[in-house]
Amino acid sequence: MGEEVKLIGSIQSLFSFRIEWALKLKGVEYEYIKEDVRNKSPLIFKYNPVHKKVPVLVHGGKSLPESLVILEYIDETWKNCPLLPEDPSQRAMARFWAKYADEKCLIAVWQAYMAEGEEKEKAMGPALESLAFLEKEIKGKKFFGGEKIGFLDLAVGWIPHWLNVLEEVGSMKLLDAEKFPSLHEWAENFIQISPIKECIPPREELVSYFHSALIYLRSLSANKP
Amino acid sequence: MASGSVADQEGQVMLLGFWFSPFVKRVEWALKFKGIEYDYVEEDLTNKSTLLLTSNPIHKKVPVLIHNGNPIAESLVIIEYIDETWKQNPILPQDPYERAMARFWANIIEQKVREPAREALFSQGEQQEKKVKELKEGMEVVEGEAKAKLNDKTLFFGGGNGVGYVDIVLGWTCNWMETIEEVGGFKVLDPKSQPQFHKWMANFREVPFIKPTLEPKEKLVEFFRMVRQDRLGLVANK
Repeated sequence: MGEEVKLIGSIQSLFSFRIEWALKLKGVEYEYIKEDVRNKSPLIFKYNPVHKKVPVLVHGGKSLPESLVILEYIDETWKNCPLLPEDPSQRAMARFWAKYADEKCLIAVWQAYMAEGEEKEKAMGPALESLAFLEKEIKGKKFFGGEKIGFLDLAVGWIPHWLNVLEEVGSMKLLDAEKFPSLHEWAENFIQISPIKECIPPREELVSYFHSALIYLRSLSANKP
Repeated sequence: MASGSVADQEGQVMLLGFWFSPFVKRVEWALKFKGIEYDYVEEDLTNKSTLLLTSNPIHKKVPVLIHNGNPIAESLVIIEYIDETWKQNPILPQDPYERAMARFWANIIEQKVREPAREALFSQGEQQEKKVKELKEGMEVVEGEAKAKLNDKTLFFGGGNGVGYVDIVLGWTCNWMETIEEVGGFKVLDPKSQPQFHKWMANFREVPFIKPTLEPKEKLVEFFRMVRQDRLGLVANK
């Protein structure tokens, strides 16, 4: 595949990093185009007119948004170091869990991070429940992909680094090593793997971003009638 | 790559569903499109079977496809599983970029049309107005894609091959959208501003394996009216 690969991404976006990890795992050369999610450039409106979000992969001039869709495209285009298993029922399980992690777990964590006071305790419930399901899924395995990291590991790869920041800024503890020992161990293993460990955003950057995001989001809800 | 006869692939195929569910209908369409024999089990959502609860412990919802004892949940995940397991009559395009775009559009339909439609159905007042507005915007996006992809020769999003993944994912609009409008008391379908979408709907309804599966609108309206009243009744009593 000799065609040019570009990735429009952002240092604050956990979705962008999924794509970088996949491209690096497969040894695909790419040009990284930096977007600031707080100050979007005309480029993102051009390449992702429907959602206007990062990440967007541009391969041979054709653009593709939506991180999980991009991951599957990368896996089908560059066949080395497969991310999804061969077997259709295992592939279905990986897709099911990635969807669950994005639609339930991440959303629940986000709600808990935004909530205040009494509401926070209540909002933590669904987040903890979803982590419990992931704990069950990783039990007895080194990675979600088995011996090597795969599609689902990349999809939940925000847990080791981003969750910790959301916990700090959101004043909450979710990933308790005693409650979720297998998930905790997976998180420790995941961030030690190359190319993941060389490709994570600076923590201060994330703390600053999520801190200002929280103030902004809370001010929005305070202004609601 | 030929992987044995259809009979070998089949093993036992069971689909747990509910007659009113557009998600279940999608999976049925995928199975029928491929000519796969299956046992259909009508679930009672007020009294879910042990099989359903153990097959889908996370969501406890239909559809669930059980193939050779292996359960798969989530309609879009199931359709991809069906496409990868039975190779005849491909549902998704073969080209990786086209496949990716089909998946992208399926997500758009879920996020911008299906989800706001459901929320508009089960809300009222200001909240409903907000969701109806979102739904109308979603329909504009779909009309845009229909204008770009469809014409007198290409009737479906599946392209030259006829019905495909995006058609199957969007197909619920053919029957359920009018139902949701009537029960919810709002209007989003408009042949004047959505001409290509309406052409697509008319064509989709006539597809031979789709037509007999479409539930009568009166039956759907009666059912959803009851569910809406039930849901809003609960909200009012909080």
